Amino acid sequence: MEWLNIIIQGSLLGGIYALFAIGLSLSFGIMRLVNIAHGDLIVLSAYVALVVVQDTGLDPISSLVIVVPVMFVLGYALQRGLLNFTLTGGLLPPLLVTFGISVIIQNGLLQGFGAYTHRLQQGAIETASVQLPGGVSVGVYPLLVFAVAILAIAALQILFYRTRLGRAFRAASDDADTAELMGVDNRHLFALALGIAMIFTALAGVLFAIRTNFDPAAGPIRLILAFEAVIIGGLGSMWGTLLGGMVLGIAQAVGAALSPTWQILAGHIAFLIILIIRPSGLFPRTRD
Amino acid sequence: MTLLQTRKLSAFYGDFQALFDIDVSVDEGETVAVIGANGAGKTTFLRTIVGVLETAAESVTFDGEPIGHKTPHEIVRLGIAMVPEGRRLFPSLSVEENLQMGSHCGRAGPWNLKRVYDLFPVLHELRRLPAPSLSGGQQQMAAVGRALMSNPRLLLCDELSLGLAPVVIRDIYDCLGAITAEGTTVVLVEQDINRALDASVRFYCFQEGRLALNAPTKNFDRAAITAAYFGL
Repeated sequence: MEWLNIIIQGSLLGGIYALFAIGLSLSFGIMRLVNIAHGDLIVLSAYVALVVVQDTGLDPISSLVIVVPVMFVLGYALQRGLLNFTLTGGLLPPLLVTFGISVIIQNGLLQGFGAYTHRLQQGAIETASVQLPGGVSVGVYPLLVFAVAILAIAALQILFYRTRLGRAFRAASDDADTAELMGVDNRHLFALALGIAMIFTALAGVLFAIRTNFDPAAGPIRLILAFEAVIIGGLGSMWGTLLGGMVLGIAQAVGAALSPTWQILAGHIAFLIILIIRPSGLFPRTRD
Repeated sequence: MTLLQTRKLSAFYGDFQALFDIDVSVDEGETVAVIGANGAGKTTFLRTIVGVLETAAESVTFDGEPIGHKTPHEIVRLGIAMVPEGRRLFPSLSVEENLQMGSHCGRAGPWNLKRVYDLFPVLHELRRLPAPSLSGGQQQMAAVGRALMSNPRLLLCDELSLGLAPVVIRDIYDCLGAITAEGTTVVLVEQDINRALDASVRFYCFQEGRLALNAPTKNFDRAAITAAYFGL
């Protein structure tokens, strides 16, 4: 029973990791853009929410009404004004430029907010729990985050496979030059893609900041967790990403049960093992 | 009425000049062939017209409007579609989704999914399959159908016959009649000279990036073509 509890708690933890990973997965899947600043953009979203909460008195989840559009516009502008110009010269220019953005965001946040840790306060829901059959007690908030992750991925599936925009995303991912011949304006399409990725990044940032302390340097570890979830799940597969997040979460929960010092390390070890056994992940889809 | 005109069209890949002062003129409703050996600049010519390669604005005019400086997504909206060499279907999309991508630019006109399926009934049967699972001929039909879905005034076909069996090539060329019957202007780029000349009223022969011959296809002089083709 104790192990069942560990696996359930770990799986739920995977929900937030999957949310971390969605934006990264989108920008890589559509534009082959490896966004090193992704973790810092998650943390930036949390700070935007912090400012909105302090200035308007909204609770953190309601602040998404403002944070999500802000991050969408930021993502669109970032891609259109900067990252589009890095995409023609191979894999290295986007890596270097997003690494630079990462440094700028971290230091900008340090300048503006100091090195203090912050947390967003959502109130009673943070500590509420429900009893599952079998005597396992789970937190309402992790359950909510997990549900949001599933809804987010389902929404993306609908966008990708049921809409004209999603079809254009998949076509441009296959062959951007030919998509352009069909009348797709890739500069605009890619900017929309990063904008949409930032919607999920904003969601991830706010939900994470309600649960965990954050500071300006909290980004890189989120980037690594996101990378691991994407790679475990297999590039290009959204449901695989959710599963990848759950694998990470379960490994961490198991590690923590053995010894609290093992929690983070256990996740990385699980990632390395899967990388060795299945280098292309559990459900690979993206081809190159 | 002249639909497409190029004047002193030059094109470059970096420092390498691939086209030199090409003057081509295509009337509305005409079917024109562009022939030439490998590396003569035929594909480059098409890529320049659709905007993949940039050139001086005035060196390509479409319906009287200079388009040499425009991007591919702007040009397809004006009504120029290309069936690219090697078909270039989107591999992760189904056949039907590939066709739907053709209508992405949103031009109105006679062509829609139903009309394309009427023209190529086999595509209707295969519409849910991923594009790479089709045979070469079926993929070529899908590529032509995808270009038609943008309801072009000018259809550019790059090497329709490439890598296909003669019987399949004939099937595809037989469909050109239905396409030109809608008033669509067609430019055929081919290495298969006989096929191209049979289907066209006029032809241009390219040789090493320059225009070597420009003549009606009726009663053409074989020796003159051979000379222009090989630069003898």
